[in-house]
Amino acid sequence: MKKQQIVEKSMAGLFFLCACVSIVAVLLICYFMFANGIPAMKEIGFGNFLLGTTWAPKNEPASFGILPMIVGSVCVTLGAIVIGVPIGILTAVFLSRFCPKSLHGVLEPMVQLMAGIPSILYGFFGMVVLVPLLRNIPGCAGVSLLAAAVLLGIMILPTIINLSESAIRAVPDSYYEGALALGATHERAVFYAVLPAAKSGILAAIVLGIGRAIGETMAVIMVAGNQAILPRSLFKGVRTMTANIVLEMGYATGIHREALIATGVVLFVFILIINLTFSVIKKRGESA
Amino acid sequence: MNTKIMVKDLELHYGTFHALKNINIDLPENEVTAFIGPSGCGKSTLLKSLNRMNDLVEGCKIDGKVTLDGEDIYGDMDVNLLRRRVGMVFQKPNPFPMSIYDNIAFGPRTHGIHSKRRLDEIVERSLRGAAIWDEVKDRLDKSALGMSGGQQQRLCIARALAIEPEVLLMDEPTSALDPISTNKVEELVEDLKKDYTIIMVTHNMQQAARISDRTAFFLLGEVVEYSETGELFSSPRDKRTEDYITGRFG
Repeated sequence: MKKQQIVEKSMAGLFFLCACVSIVAVLLICYFMFANGIPAMKEIGFGNFLLGTTWAPKNEPASFGILPMIVGSVCVTLGAIVIGVPIGILTAVFLSRFCPKSLHGVLEPMVQLMAGIPSILYGFFGMVVLVPLLRNIPGCAGVSLLAAAVLLGIMILPTIINLSESAIRAVPDSYYEGALALGATHERAVFYAVLPAAKSGILAAIVLGIGRAIGETMAVIMVAGNQAILPRSLFKGVRTMTANIVLEMGYATGIHREALIATGVVLFVFILIINLTFSVIKKRGESA
Repeated sequence: MNTKIMVKDLELHYGTFHALKNINIDLPENEVTAFIGPSGCGKSTLLKSLNRMNDLVEGCKIDGKVTLDGEDIYGDMDVNLLRRRVGMVFQKPNPFPMSIYDNIAFGPRTHGIHSKRRLDEIVERSLRGAAIWDEVKDRLDKSALGMSGGQQQRLCIARALAIEPEVLLMDEPTSALDPISTNKVEELVEDLKKDYTIIMVTHNMQQAARISDRTAFFLLGEVVEYSETGELFSSPRDKRTEDYITGRFG
């Protein structure tokens, strides 16, 4: 009896330690980011850093304005949403309510596979297929905001499809049956009774997709052009915050290096906002 | 008496399970018909055959004939049109997760009515018809999920009324409700039979005795006895009916 209690206690302690590892990791990342980034921001000046439109770390005096990258990240992400969200949601609707069983057995693993493809491979696909294709558009440089948006739109599909599909499947059948009993067709019942009921789950899927898009690095670098200037059109190059960090971190020193870490802080704040939105939506969905 | 729905030689299989056996029953217009019987006896199954909700069940096979005003509902009739004429209220209240107004307007909108003025009219008339207008008229834009169970069920009845059906199928509509709400729904049913043909499945024999004009007793997929409610309860012809209504089994 005594021995059993000791085992129980020590196992509980072990589990607690395991749980602590992830918490400590998150806290350390937070601390590292802010401790390194905030002083740099202070030195550059918050206004100059966040709202400055010139990124020229090698100039004399150097200028560290990351507004082009913030705008770049936001634009690329918005583009990915415009492309990925409608396709993703409609795919989820199809998979959950329209797809014959045999086809589902093929499509489902493919979506899963999509989620598992490393982003560098998406980048290759973008470079080899997407960029040459876009060059056919007059005035389009190929590597461009549009290319990054399309590629990210594809990359967030599995996130949106998987989560939306489970949200739609979680809707009680009684809504669907209730709509049919009122003389609604299958399509109308799905789109006007089932889909609204899955709203919060689908919103959560979109928010997670946004998180994925804004944090993506490798694939974006390969197709976005990466010019550190405010994007002037869909067809011109753009640099995201993630690209900014990874492109220059290798050789940056001193204040330049810290400015890159500070860029990471801004990205981190974006992610925090997105996650907060996600949990608010989830909580609201549960209470409804 | 006018026959509204006629069921003739109906056989229903779920896969290999023979759920309804040789059902022959005429359901009269503007009356309340109750289906009673122990769980699993097929009464809900028959109810769902009358608006073809059984079509959703995989492996469900139906032989025989069901007619609505003489028209075969398993023949050429459009199934959505059928469900418009034969409305249904479910056992568990199932309002959509949207406002009270939108719940009622769902059916009319489905059938192409979009004018705000007409929808307003229909919503008010349906809610009055289901005796719930006074309780909800000030919060039509609030979510229907915030209502009590009894209110939700009457909302579902109102929602069914909004498409102006001819027949109303009710599948144990009060089994999830408290006695006061049950009483309200029962009063409502008696009131509604002026305009609608009502067919109600119930577990509650007192309920059947209180509000129905005719009662059918089901056992193991067969209709054992079908007659006027007073007669069925006071002098059942079949021994099994008598055993059931006197509480010897079920």
